[in-house]
Amino acid sequence: MSENKSLKLTLKVWRQKNRQAKGEFKIYDVENISTEASFLEMMDILNEQLVNDPEKYPEGPVSFDHDCREGICGMCSLFINGRAHGPDDAITTCQLHMRKFNDGDTITIEPWRSGGFPVIKDLMVDRTAYDKIMQAGGFVSVSTGGVPDANAIPISKVDADEAMDAAACIGCGACAATCKNGSAMLFVSAKVSQLALLPQGKVEAARRAKAMVAKMDELGFGNCTNTGACELECPKQVSISHIARLNREFLKANIQD
Amino acid sequence: MAQLDSKIPEGDLKDKWTNYKEHQHLVNPANKRKIDIIVVGTGLAGASAAASFAEMGFKVKAFCYQDSPRRAHSIAAQGGINAAKNYPNDGDSVYRLFYDTIKGGDYRAREANVYRLAEVSNSIIDQCVAQGVPFAREYGGLLANRSFGGALVSRTFYARGQTGQQLLLGAYSALSRQIGLKNVEMHTRCEMMDLVMIDGRCRGIVTRDLLTGEVKSHFAHCVVLATGGYGNVYFLSTNAMGSNGSAAMKAYRKGAYFANPCMVQIHPTCIPQHGDFQSKLTLMSESLRNDGRIWVPKKKEDAEKLRKGLIKASQIKDEDRYFYLEERYPAFGNLVPRDVASRNAKERCDAGFGVNSTGNAVFLDFKYAIERLGKDVVEQRYGNLFQMYQKITDTDPYKEPMMIYPAIHYTMGGLWVDYELSTTVPGLFAAGECNFSDHGANRLGASALMQGLADGYFVLPYTVQEYLADQFNVPRINPAENEAFQKAEADVKAYINKLMSIKGKESVDSFHKRLGNIMWNNVGMARTKQSLETAIEEIQKLRQEFWQNVRIPGEANELNNELEKANRVADFLELGELIARDALHRNESCGGHFREESQDNGEAKRDDANFMYVGAWEYKGENQAPELHKEDLNYQFIKVQTRNYKTGK
Repeated sequence: MSENKSLKLTLKVWRQKNRQAKGEFKIYDVENISTEASFLEMMDILNEQLVNDPEKYPEGPVSFDHDCREGICGMCSLFINGRAHGPDDAITTCQLHMRKFNDGDTITIEPWRSGGFPVIKDLMVDRTAYDKIMQAGGFVSVSTGGVPDANAIPISKVDADEAMDAAACIGCGACAATCKNGSAMLFVSAKVSQLALLPQGKVEAARRAKAMVAKMDELGFGNCTNTGACELECPKQVSISHIARLNREFLKANIQD
Repeated sequence: MAQLDSKIPEGDLKDKWTNYKEHQHLVNPANKRKIDIIVVGTGLAGASAAASFAEMGFKVKAFCYQDSPRRAHSIAAQGGINAAKNYPNDGDSVYRLFYDTIKGGDYRAREANVYRLAEVSNSIIDQCVAQGVPFAREYGGLLANRSFGGALVSRTFYARGQTGQQLLLGAYSALSRQIGLKNVEMHTRCEMMDLVMIDGRCRGIVTRDLLTGEVKSHFAHCVVLATGGYGNVYFLSTNAMGSNGSAAMKAYRKGAYFANPCMVQIHPTCIPQHGDFQSKLTLMSESLRNDGRIWVPKKKEDAEKLRKGLIKASQIKDEDRYFYLEERYPAFGNLVPRDVASRNAKERCDAGFGVNSTGNAVFLDFKYAIERLGKDVVEQRYGNLFQMYQKITDTDPYKEPMMIYPAIHYTMGGLWVDYELSTTVPGLFAAGECNFSDHGANRLGASALMQGLADGYFVLPYTVQEYLADQFNVPRINPAENEAFQKAEADVKAYINKLMSIKGKESVDSFHKRLGNIMWNNVGMARTKQSLETAIEEIQKLRQEFWQNVRIPGEANELNNELEKANRVADFLELGELIARDALHRNESCGGHFREESQDNGEAKRDDANFMYVGAWEYKGENQAPELHKEDLNYQFIKVQTRNYKTGK
């Protein structure tokens, strides 16, 4: 285990009162941050400082999204020093620990920067666009009850495993936020691919691909130019090979018409 | 004293649910459109219920505090979901799943409910597979199973270490489909602030929009609370930061009884605490106990050297390691139920054998599994959990054993519900972790997901209909034109105003941490009459201080995270006292509730003669002692025994 050290840091944090207001960076100093602390615990310490001195900090505590703090709910976000979910691979911001930083560092903290995710306040953004894409077709159209026995249809382990790789997506938005085109293709492809790989989802695969892509386009997300940035920053390492499958499904669906 | 009628149907255990379904009242399809149902919370229970109601034709309004229903904390469940499929041919059956659950719960759960849970468990797996949930499979293409704590069969279905995520995304997809079809009106970032009662029935809720601060009310013919558990009373728990007990507490104040609040589960395999700044504790799946062996050094001097960092675990020889669970409970070994595993870890650490710098940790070692199975197999089974552990602790669990310690994880207690999952308030139902019904004094691993989905997919769709059968004639109420709704809204606004006008000096988090300390130290893994009395007194004082000195910056009519937290902590401050009161009155040890006064050679000692009942508390007004009601547990179909995890028979 690494040694526990204490850090003094300068934080450059994006502050924005609401969607309409003009934002700006504010500089805050924090001290005695343990290298064992998580990044969001460091943010908690900052906020405690801001709450406790309203005269010095009339802007109040920093709003940021977070919930499970174990890398699975997909609620946390943040660009940290220019990287989605910060300077480590295959993690969410809540799994980032302060041992990744050095004493005296300046850390720049920004919200997701993407047209599809408008800022709500400070570091919080609106990701309801992802829900809307899911509502357009990210499901198998079965209702509760009246389904066959779970073992009635064998599924090859390879397909099930690949479907699981895609299904691991947590909907955090890092893919679209980090994409220079603001494309949501990795997110959409993860669901299209998961369900296209399974016999249960295959039945309406064409309809699903078309509906989800149409909704994605309607909501103003950009096109994919295969830069691969999304895959690199995806905390669950969802592969861009799923984008290839989405393209195939989409093409197939349109040829069928 | 009001009678607690659990409404258990007549007949043999095996026939009760079938009989109920065959004779219940239904609502005709044309009338379903005229009926509104509110579902608060969109975790496994809430999302599955909301989707199922909408599929049936009811009009649903669903609410969650997160930015999307996909984020509810069910998503964090790792290990799996139980079902009595008996695919592995190892002797499982509905009866055995029922029996294990009752026994694991230390005979404090209601027979009929638990039997029904086991009965519908198989349908859940079928349903999830049909939705495209990618469960683990064998090479032959059929579903894989693994074993879990408290059972001698392999009945747990799983999707890597992300079973909760996959099941929730399945329910979320069903819910999304209904939102897209406009059968569900979804309200995200919205918190329930109160219930609205009209003529003795629950007819709606008042909410606060977390983005704008707008207070608004919503009508429905009935309301379902699926708002999860209240583990965050302890500040540090494995729950999400936003998980709270507020909806349940608002319901409690409106007359819903709160059952067995002291039944809190402390999970044995969590990453130990590392500092005062810690915001939450991370669970390592119980499935790790399938292949990991738990131990502490036999010699105290070895433990001391470990604590000082002078030696590593791998330097301690096998003969100097004490595999205390395997030695003390040979039949179940490392797979004893959670309460037993947790108490034994605490006992070893208290005796001076803890292995990390704080002295509060034991080892969970995969050396032996790697020797037996090879690193590849271990990686396949637990790779993502190992990665998670390494990211948090910066230690490689393939080389050095994991360090673990118990942490607050799940609350078996919750709103009292009858067989129909109805609370004591007509028109108000509770599902999932929010109710108390199925896990008794201790929940078995992989049973929370089962219960959440059982309630949402297969129980509420029937029982809610029974309630609604004569409600289609009740016209929809417009809250803006209704006195009761207007008064409820005004009350909520006044309450928020009261919080905002305190303008004190201490942050909400600071109060929450102080409450957590009181709870963990006095109402934690080992409780005494004295510790509980201390807790009640200290919580009362802390509550007073909170209402005089909490500082909430900002305004009420805007996004205000501190106000959100203050509302939740205010409720925790009452709930904490209720937990302590319940624990004080229950002068026995059962499941997760351990009273030091009631033990037998270190093992928990139940007192069936005096405490074989559900303790349900009725709210009696601010700063008044609540009143206890008892629902006697009559076991008609199984023999009540002392739990025995030592011998195979």
